[in-house]
Amino acid sequence: MSAHESSHEDHRGDHRGDHHGGHHGPDSQGSYRAYVIGFALSVVLTVVPFWVVLAEVEIGLALALAVIFGLGAIQILVHVHYFLHVTISAEQGWQAMSLAFTAILLVICLAGSIWVMFHLEENMMPDHEQIERVRNLP
Amino acid sequence: MASSTDTHSSYAADIHPFWGKLNWNIFPFYEPVIFYTFIVVCILGTAVLAALTYYRLWGYLWREWLTSVDHKKIGIMYVILGIVMLLRGFADALLMRIQQAMAASGGEGFLNAHHYDQIFTAHGTIMIFFVAMPLVVGLMNYVMPLQIGARDVAFPFLNNFSFWLTASGAILVMISLFVGEFSTTGWLAYPPLSGAEFSPTVGMDYYLWALNIAGIGTTLSGINMIVTVVKMRAPGMTWMKLPVFTWTSLCANVLIVATFPVLSATLALLTADRYLGTNFFVSELGGNPMMYVNLIWIWGHPEVYILILPIFGVYSEIVPTFSGKRLFGYTSMVYATCVIMILSYIVWLHHFFTMGAGASVNSFFGITTMIISIPTGAKLFNWLFTMYKGRIRFTTPMLWTLGFMVTFTIGGMTGVLLAVPPADYVLHNSLFLIAHFHNAIIGGVVFGLFAALVYWFPKAFGFRLVEGWGKVSFWCWLIGFYLAFMPLYVLGLMGVTRRLSQFEDTAYAIYFNVALVGALFVAVGIVAFLIQVGVSIVKREELRDTTGDPWDGRTLEWSTSSPPPYYNFAFTPRVYELDAWDHMKRNGYGRRTEGYMPIHMPRYTATGIVISALLTVMGFALVWHIYWLALISLLASIVYGIAHTFNYDRDYYVPAREVDAVETSRTRQLNGGVTLSAAE
Amino acid sequence: MMTAPSDATASTDFAAAGATGPAAPLQNAAPQIRTGSYQFDVIEEEHHDTGTMLGFWIYLMSDCLIFGVLFAVHAVLGQNYAAGPAPADLFEIEMILISTFALLLSSITYGFAVIAMQRGQKTAMLQWLAITGVFGLAFVGLTLQEFMHLWHLGATPMASAFLSSFYVLVGTHALHVTVGALWLAVLLVQLQMHGITPANTRRVLCLSLFWHFLDLIWIGVFSFVYLAGVLL
Repeated sequence: MSAHESSHEDHRGDHRGDHHGGHHGPDSQGSYRAYVIGFALSVVLTVVPFWVVLAEVEIGLALALAVIFGLGAIQILVHVHYFLHVTISAEQGWQAMSLAFTAILLVICLAGSIWVMFHLEENMMPDHEQIERVRNLP
Repeated sequence: MASSTDTHSSYAADIHPFWGKLNWNIFPFYEPVIFYTFIVVCILGTAVLAALTYYRLWGYLWREWLTSVDHKKIGIMYVILGIVMLLRGFADALLMRIQQAMAASGGEGFLNAHHYDQIFTAHGTIMIFFVAMPLVVGLMNYVMPLQIGARDVAFPFLNNFSFWLTASGAILVMISLFVGEFSTTGWLAYPPLSGAEFSPTVGMDYYLWALNIAGIGTTLSGINMIVTVVKMRAPGMTWMKLPVFTWTSLCANVLIVATFPVLSATLALLTADRYLGTNFFVSELGGNPMMYVNLIWIWGHPEVYILILPIFGVYSEIVPTFSGKRLFGYTSMVYATCVIMILSYIVWLHHFFTMGAGASVNSFFGITTMIISIPTGAKLFNWLFTMYKGRIRFTTPMLWTLGFMVTFTIGGMTGVLLAVPPADYVLHNSLFLIAHFHNAIIGGVVFGLFAALVYWFPKAFGFRLVEGWGKVSFWCWLIGFYLAFMPLYVLGLMGVTRRLSQFEDTAYAIYFNVALVGALFVAVGIVAFLIQVGVSIVKREELRDTTGDPWDGRTLEWSTSSPPPYYNFAFTPRVYELDAWDHMKRNGYGRRTEGYMPIHMPRYTATGIVISALLTVMGFALVWHIYWLALISLLASIVYGIAHTFNYDRDYYVPAREVDAVETSRTRQLNGGVTLSAAE
Repeated sequence: MMTAPSDATASTDFAAAGATGPAAPLQNAAPQIRTGSYQFDVIEEEHHDTGTMLGFWIYLMSDCLIFGVLFAVHAVLGQNYAAGPAPADLFEIEMILISTFALLLSSITYGFAVIAMQRGQKTAMLQWLAITGVFGLAFVGLTLQEFMHLWHLGATPMASAFLSSFYVLVGTHALHVTVGALWLAVLLVQLQMHGITPANTRRVLCLSLFWHFLDLIWIGVFSFVYLAGVLL
């Protein structure tokens, strides 16, 4: 890899830690410690929402859903960090960038589909009030 | 022969445990058109096979082409597939034009409604998936690695596999012409019409399995191309020094990876509805057909940008080359491409404004759709300003480009009209829409593909195409396009809807007859293109390009020989500026003729074609519900794929002396003209 | 930017590439052709890092979108019970907790396998991978058992749109885990045959991404389909 240090002609950015067959340095794939921390966090983040549902904790539907989805989202981030080892610098940033891009696309797909499909009949079967409103337009 | 309705109801009835739905009544030769086509195909097919056998070309074909992982050969195979399928798709178009002209003139035409439905479905499916996609992907395959100074794509075997998956889908569609029938539900197969209840025949299944298989190939190809651009650019080629075609290819491939999974998943759900009886898109038990429409357009709209973006790149290469100037507004071109890439993902609802969504939804998607025309307009101005005060050479690629600039602008403007939801309520599914998207796709994608074929042909084969026939082809296409589609705008405004085979009102006759004349012009244009290729092959010695740079090009693909050696570049070029080859020429680049080094190259493999063949069998078996065969071929393909992973010996080094031999012959070729004239 | 690059540096990485080609490239090649201040040819052997990891990552992103579609379908159709059973009637959340832990444990054991690989401990790596596979199969078994149980209750995918999307979403995930387990089995054989070579390392790391990715999808499944399902 020393050959690279002088290679300022190579503008593609750094190649650190990903030479020839994806040889990652020891750091890039985490350590026992990192895996155990990730695992412990995941256990907590899994058990709490399950407990909320199984123990039928009386916190109201909205809050229960918020706990489930909020902790789920946090757990996804924990996995991305501790298990998938996504970092900003890996693969010259392409890994994190493609992940962010995919997340945006997922949001568009999911939110868009839900929005569109719950609007399905908005203009299809107008109720009486709507008809009257249109009829009384100036 | 029984009438068509009797026949297909009889084979939809029962499923034999061994033969599935296959029986002797599935061959649709009661349709005269299909019968005569079959005879012609048999004669031509036998002739080709006989010729291959006579000239002992099977081994050559297998070793050098079918199992090749060379991106250039795969690119050429994609283009050949696209052109063959263009002939099929265009034949369908001509049949429809004749039928509608006859029906509008007071007759009944020569096609019954069932057959007509298959023809418009096949036309749309083939033109998008098996003409435009293979041609565009083939171009990207051939040109993009050369433009970035790479020796192949990132995953050469995967590239071969992707091609054969696409071919596999095309083969299934072609089989449906003679064995059974094709889908009758239009190119996007909206349920509930495409569900098991209303389309019980094998036509829909051919459609589904063809697209399922080809779609996987396209996704894999997209991943491959992205990694190629990211990882394999020549040293010094930073992002803002990337040729525009490579930029647009990258964006198109990002869109492929972002949307083809959506298509695959959606079609898989429809397949589950048909085969397993699930309730996703049925009208009962909680299913919702509009969910299919919603999902398919999340893929479908970006798809048209997958087609047009690389073609914008083509124009961005051709205009500077033939204007003798650098591209005006390179940076804005790059940003416009990226903006289009993002925006294309948030406009899908404009394909179904009439679904009944409320004003907030419709206006959101209407506005995003109109916004797309801004970056596209910026691109057109960039091309115009590039030509401004340039020394323009009116070669065939440039003619196609000029034809595009006028035609595509009209298509874009009618698109903005359709983006207005209230207007869309009037024009939805009318011939106005048909005219609009043909205006954008023919005037944009097809013109660009012809421009690209003429432009890069000398690079791929070592000789130019004759100009004369090329110009005939261009003018026939241009005139034919306007004659064929301008009347459709009028008809659409008069309220004629798409996909009709019969008309009550003979007042439409004149428009449909003009449109037919237009289609005949286009037919002449296609024939002229084939003649152009044929004549050029005959005259190849006088059209020979010995320089490797016949157009005075600006990007790296013109720095190597025509055709390039299989390793593309003896020495990887080092890039300092945008338009690297132009920069090299201006700074006294001298070709190195010694000191060659061994070159690392991938080995050819038959795995791609074998697995794809097995999956084709699987697709055919599933279409006909021959489950044992489907299972066996699926398992065989998995086992073959696993066996492939046990082969670790996938690359080799081209010895330096072999590189030396190839490059020395190029040196001789380059000096050929000089020594000859010196001797005289 | 326009300055002339220093003399071409002969590759030191080349031999380490695990290549089977000729021993060494010509290190001191022909004298360079310099044109003005530019050196247009790359004389040293090129070292592109392989794109396999990035390519596989992008594949995972595309797979993620497939699941995205299935989640979107479940979001839209998941409450269309068609007068049939609803999640609260069907799901046994305790069992889901167990299968969640099977998958979670398999994730950390795979992590230990990767660490063992990086330390060159082949036996430990193979053992951790085998344990991972066992957890994976246990997960698939639990899913199958759940499906069979529901099927016997008459809650088949044909019963309602909710059940269609439930079976397809959970089934697609389980199919992925099955494919992962098959891949793991093949990889165990290959590691046994060739040891920790660069090619095998790459494969282990790709499967690692795949495996952790499936665990990540499962978080979405248990939160959205099961937990939120029984509450709504």
